[in-house]
Amino acid sequence: MAGGIKIAIVGGGLAGLAAAMKIAEAGHEVELFSVVPVKRSHSVCAQGGINGAVNTKGEGDSTWEHFDDTVYGGDFLANQPPAKAMCEMAPAIIYLFDRMGVPFSRTNEGLLDFRRFGGTKHHRTAFAGASTGQQLLYALDEQVRRFEVGGKVTKYEGWEMMSLVLDDHQVCRGLVAMNLRSLELKAFPADAVIIASGGPGLIFGKSTNSMVCTGSAVAACYQQGAKYANGEFIQVHPTSIPGEDKLRLMSESARGEGGRVWVPRNQGDKRSPASIPESERLYFLEEKYPAYGNLVPRDIATREIFQVCLQGLGVNGENQVYLDLTHIPAETLDKKLGAILEIYEMFVGDDPRHVPMRIFPGVHYSMGGLWVDFDQRTNIPGLLAAGECDYSIHGANRLGANSLVSCVYGGFVAAPAAIDWAKNVQRNGSNGSRLYEQETKRQQELNDKLIAQSGNENQYELHEEMGRTMTDNVTVVRYNDRLKQTDDKLLELSDRYDRISINDSNLWATMALPHARQLRNMLDLARVIALGALNRNESRGAHYKPDFPDRDDANWLKTTIAEYSGEGPVFSYDPVDISLIPPRKRDYSHEKKEPAAAGKSAS
Amino acid sequence: MDGPQHWEIFEIPYRPNLNVISCLMEIRKNPVTKSGQKTTPPSWDMNCLEQVCGICTMVINGRVRQSCSALVDKLDKPIKLEPMSKFPNVRDLQVDRSQMFDHLKRVHAWIELDGTYDLGPGPRMDQDDVMERYAYSRCMTCGCCLEACPQYDEDHYIGPQAIAQVRLFNMHPSGAMDRDERLQGIMGDDGITNCGNAQNCVRVCPMNIPLTKAIYEENRETVVHGLLGWLKK
Repeated sequence: MAGGIKIAIVGGGLAGLAAAMKIAEAGHEVELFSVVPVKRSHSVCAQGGINGAVNTKGEGDSTWEHFDDTVYGGDFLANQPPAKAMCEMAPAIIYLFDRMGVPFSRTNEGLLDFRRFGGTKHHRTAFAGASTGQQLLYALDEQVRRFEVGGKVTKYEGWEMMSLVLDDHQVCRGLVAMNLRSLELKAFPADAVIIASGGPGLIFGKSTNSMVCTGSAVAACYQQGAKYANGEFIQVHPTSIPGEDKLRLMSESARGEGGRVWVPRNQGDKRSPASIPESERLYFLEEKYPAYGNLVPRDIATREIFQVCLQGLGVNGENQVYLDLTHIPAETLDKKLGAILEIYEMFVGDDPRHVPMRIFPGVHYSMGGLWVDFDQRTNIPGLLAAGECDYSIHGANRLGANSLVSCVYGGFVAAPAAIDWAKNVQRNGSNGSRLYEQETKRQQELNDKLIAQSGNENQYELHEEMGRTMTDNVTVVRYNDRLKQTDDKLLELSDRYDRISINDSNLWATMALPHARQLRNMLDLARVIALGALNRNESRGAHYKPDFPDRDDANWLKTTIAEYSGEGPVFSYDPVDISLIPPRKRDYSHEKKEPAAAGKSAS
Repeated sequence: MDGPQHWEIFEIPYRPNLNVISCLMEIRKNPVTKSGQKTTPPSWDMNCLEQVCGICTMVINGRVRQSCSALVDKLDKPIKLEPMSKFPNVRDLQVDRSQMFDHLKRVHAWIELDGTYDLGPGPRMDQDDVMERYAYSRCMTCGCCLEACPQYDEDHYIGPQAIAQVRLFNMHPSGAMDRDERLQGIMGDDGITNCGNAQNCVRVCPMNIPLTKAIYEENRETVVHGLLGWLKK
């Protein structure tokens, strides 16, 4: 590793590719690790769009307004400086993607078009049909391929990060990864490592996440000393399509384009939706939140839908409500929402242009993640994080279409910070090879033990049980007794984990060993989420406890920090940086009232 | 890895709305064949399960498609699963499609940015052109078109996937500036002229990409390009 700087990136979604592009452009070497070919990363599932206050609609939008919506929507748990910096960078990010050739939808004059999303009154969301994540990911994939051809980027697709290589001073010196075909373990020295491995949705079993979203790489960092922040804040998306294998996302853009959520007013009304007259429909979001209607933030929409179903008002008495687009001309729908309507049609069979969709909330996004400072640096020197796997931007609830922009922002900030660190760090010299050999050996022993052990537990059953427990008890509504039981269950599953067997006589390209390693890591992160929720006796954003229904700034305007120990997570609490906008109560039944705030220029 | 091939038959309890992936997951939990034989579960690729990542493509009842969107209710039983045949087999239902990503390198499937720093917005574009580009841009590199193409085999033909990406970038005002480099990529011995016009590609494309239109347009572009090159000599 003499000479130039080499930076390892774990994850090839938007955040990882954004960082890779910036580092390669600066002339440095990137090694990019991804479980799947990067073009197949979970970012492709993002649908609705990307936020940026470009203000081309004559609405007086501004990056400050975007910032205020973001921290207000996040119930004031986000540190404000990075959220502000992201909102300020957002227009330039959108323009950059425009230059990369993303087919964003256009206005009559050929300008970028913007649509509405939740938690704002402005048209602020740029979109490419209803597959914006796919389009943005492809644009970065293309640019990174260009640097790959130029020799700056080396991809390790089909390799999964197992652990960090830390030196005697807890400085990150690279990582150990496993080839998912040969199961070969190999150490990769690097001057800095950026984790961009996405969210941990698979901990909940079925979610809107892709199958690679295990949070396993993040959990490995946590086990090795990285702090994990705000784990209990899990976003449950109000509108997903329940399925046998996963919950498929139905984008918020459906409501952004005018979709209305309703149930029949009369419990048990068995009529077809079209034959129920307006007066006998309960548009519960519009009635309760006249200012924002169907575009209230996700945590609020989710709780209302959940509540309506608990009261027995769900369609056909089941856990489902209507999301209705049928009043919008089919041609408009095809143009603006085509891709998501196809998904609904393909998996449910009904045509949402003519029949209201039936939807229910589903686990979607983790606001929590690796703790990072305002330069995306974790507490482990030389280790950075960006994207859904870091906790930095969204506070207690993420606004729709803020994820794509936060992923790219995180990557763009992490890249120069990693370069900066790499330029100044002392290399570990002749002592180095020992570190890499030791860590590779440790990982090999973990694999060997799993392969050798036998028992009658099935790891996929254990995963299902974990997912059910977490979904039942650590999502929309949380009670302390059930959170405690959840932790007991997680401990029981950890115990049974020692009796799983790999059950694959052929280890070439087996799915069983990687899944077993991921499951172990998911169990650790699950405890961070459940116990973080148990400790936090208030309601804020996505974290809702009926026994503590109010936000409690006096005691809980704090970032939860979890650190690993052999006996379970150790919790501490950090103050939140609220230096720019004083916290105020969220109320989406009325127009947002902004106090005059420091830093906002008079207009 | 080419090893001996064999079939295994499994029986899955029916539930409404099952897709092929849910069946495979069921087998993974309880890998016992129909005849009661304990076996090792098959391995396959899966990720998004929403037919947008392209990874879970396989041949189902003789037709290439994504297994996540293959609903059991709509398939003839017993359901027959095979790996794609045009790509090196990794194991069971997994194949290696890295050649498709190599195609993208060959045809320079990207815009030559001056840099990622802020230069303001890109060129203004007509929504109709954007819609046409959007159709090509939805390609998820799944390989259905190549599996179904009678010409795509043993490096004889680069195939519709890469040609459609040439179209995507050549249609863009900035992309058009490097048009010639992209055309070079599809004008070799294994280039665009090898298309036999069977039109299987458009029939199997899960994203309904107008692949034959791309081939038609790019064929025209390469002819003009070739002619100009010849005149310049």
